[in-house]
Amino acid sequence: MSKINKRIIEEKAFKIVMHTVCAAVVLIFLIMLATIVIKGLPGLNLKMLTHQPLRGSYAEGGGGILNAILGSVYLALGATFLAGLIGIPVALFINVYLKKNSRFATLIRFSFDVLWGIPSIVYGAFGFIIMIFFHMRSSLLAGIITIAFLELPIMTRAADSILKMVPLELKEISLSLGATRFETAFRIIFKQAFPGILTAILIGLGRGIGDAAAVMFTAGYTDSLPTSLFRPVATLPLAIFYQLGTPFPEVQQRGYTSALVLMLVILFISIFSRILTKRFQQNVLR
Amino acid sequence: MLTKRTIKDILAKHAMFFLACAVSLLVIFIFGGLFFKSSTILKNKPLAELLFSVDWHPSRGNFGFAPFIMGTIWVTVVAIFLAVPASLLTAIFLAEYAHKKIRGVIKPVLDLLAGISPVIFGVFGILVIVPFVGNGLKPFCEKFLGFIPFFRSDNFTGYSVLSAGIVLAIMIFPTMAQVAEEVVNSVPQETRESSLALGATKWETIKYVVVKKAGAGIIAAIILGLSRAFGETIAVLMVVGNVIKVPHSLFDAAYTLPALIANNYGEMMSIPLYDSALLLAALILLAVTVFFNIGAWFILLRIEKSYV
Repeated sequence: MSKINKRIIEEKAFKIVMHTVCAAVVLIFLIMLATIVIKGLPGLNLKMLTHQPLRGSYAEGGGGILNAILGSVYLALGATFLAGLIGIPVALFINVYLKKNSRFATLIRFSFDVLWGIPSIVYGAFGFIIMIFFHMRSSLLAGIITIAFLELPIMTRAADSILKMVPLELKEISLSLGATRFETAFRIIFKQAFPGILTAILIGLGRGIGDAAAVMFTAGYTDSLPTSLFRPVATLPLAIFYQLGTPFPEVQQRGYTSALVLMLVILFISIFSRILTKRFQQNVLR
Repeated sequence: MLTKRTIKDILAKHAMFFLACAVSLLVIFIFGGLFFKSSTILKNKPLAELLFSVDWHPSRGNFGFAPFIMGTIWVTVVAIFLAVPASLLTAIFLAEYAHKKIRGVIKPVLDLLAGISPVIFGVFGILVIVPFVGNGLKPFCEKFLGFIPFFRSDNFTGYSVLSAGIVLAIMIFPTMAQVAEEVVNSVPQETRESSLALGATKWETIKYVVVKKAGAGIIAAIILGLSRAFGETIAVLMVVGNVIKVPHSLFDAAYTLPALIANNYGEMMSIPLYDSALLLAALILLAVTVFFNIGAWFILLRIEKSYV
């Protein structure tokens, strides 16, 4: 009898531990949100969002973070566009042109999985080498290219897993009606999986906009607004990092507010992409 | 019969084939580029000196990576030690026990947590974890566990290996939990049923049957988390203290390889061999993470094949 009791008690104990761990995870997440909101909110006002930092008066901390907001938007949109231009066709290629379980498809998936695991700082270093090779200086363009490399595996993997769920019959029906594989891929499969592909693109965008290590070398940093592809730009993650590193409370406040803005943008992207995924799952033909 | 449509099809096929090949070769390009750039220092210094010397004075031409390598290993091990039990329990809970409603809360939280920018984790680390470690854990541990050198340190602040480990643990937790949950889910239902039918409790079934079956995949999940932790830059840089010394305690400040690259790229062009040394650091990071990821990939591939 006591043996059985012990077994049941062990199970109960572990159940309690598991509940505690899950509660702790949710709690940590909420504490994180609360911390950033509490610290960032006092500095959040229209001036902060619509002005660049006042030049020459770093210690006084006047002005806002428009330079970083605009820089991040340009950089992330450019990189996402570039990565999507390469990644989405490759994902379609694997799923429409290649046979299921073909060696080449496995090889491509393998490369993307390996690329996915490479730390962003290494992409930054690689981007830096390319820059030196072409005698470029740190600029918006170099940042876009580097972040595109970073986003490419994330986006392609996500798009691939969505396209895998599109039923094979759809492809077969389209081909048997006389459509070419190109038409099947871009008119039929792409349309069917569109919300899912948009999710993949948004996941890439979210990662791209939040990354700091890769843009440090390549995009540089500046207090002025982005004007050209060939000049350095500020980005929100680096704005947070540099401004928190200063000893001036007013400048640090700008950093906290930047953190709040960045977090809201990323949460918005994540939640929006979750909604799209749900919609995709409803649309899938079964 | 080459109509316009078939020409388009063939052109698109070749274009996409080319793109796919180019992307597949990207890893090799990155390796090649970093190796080419770091070959300068590899030619000038013996590899053993680079890896095992603790003397880091670029201006005097001494490039010993040991403090950074040890710092990275310490931080990664602490993070794994904290994150593995938590993420495995979460994965098992989500796959085996959790009510649909609880899953509906935890899974989105994991997704959102995985998407949050490393910088935000860094800010959270500075505001919450560092004070918690510096004012709470450190005095407590020194008072009660101070006789163990592991818990003793002359570092006054909370910027330490432990803070970085905690922040990293929170960062890698979602990835590990998600992969592990998928693996546990992929264990066939019949396996569970036969164990339950033999009179095992649900927990015994999980402990002796499910975890055993999912073992390889769980290891893959851990490897993926490990490689994430190994290469994380900004979040660690913000809380680890950045002191060039081999750490000996949880509360010592440390310096990691990614942080070394991020902190010094500005001045690296002015000192000879410095740029080459920093790119060697990137090469080491690349080699380690690629090695881990390939290992995890083969394990996961075998699992996928065995259940399909």
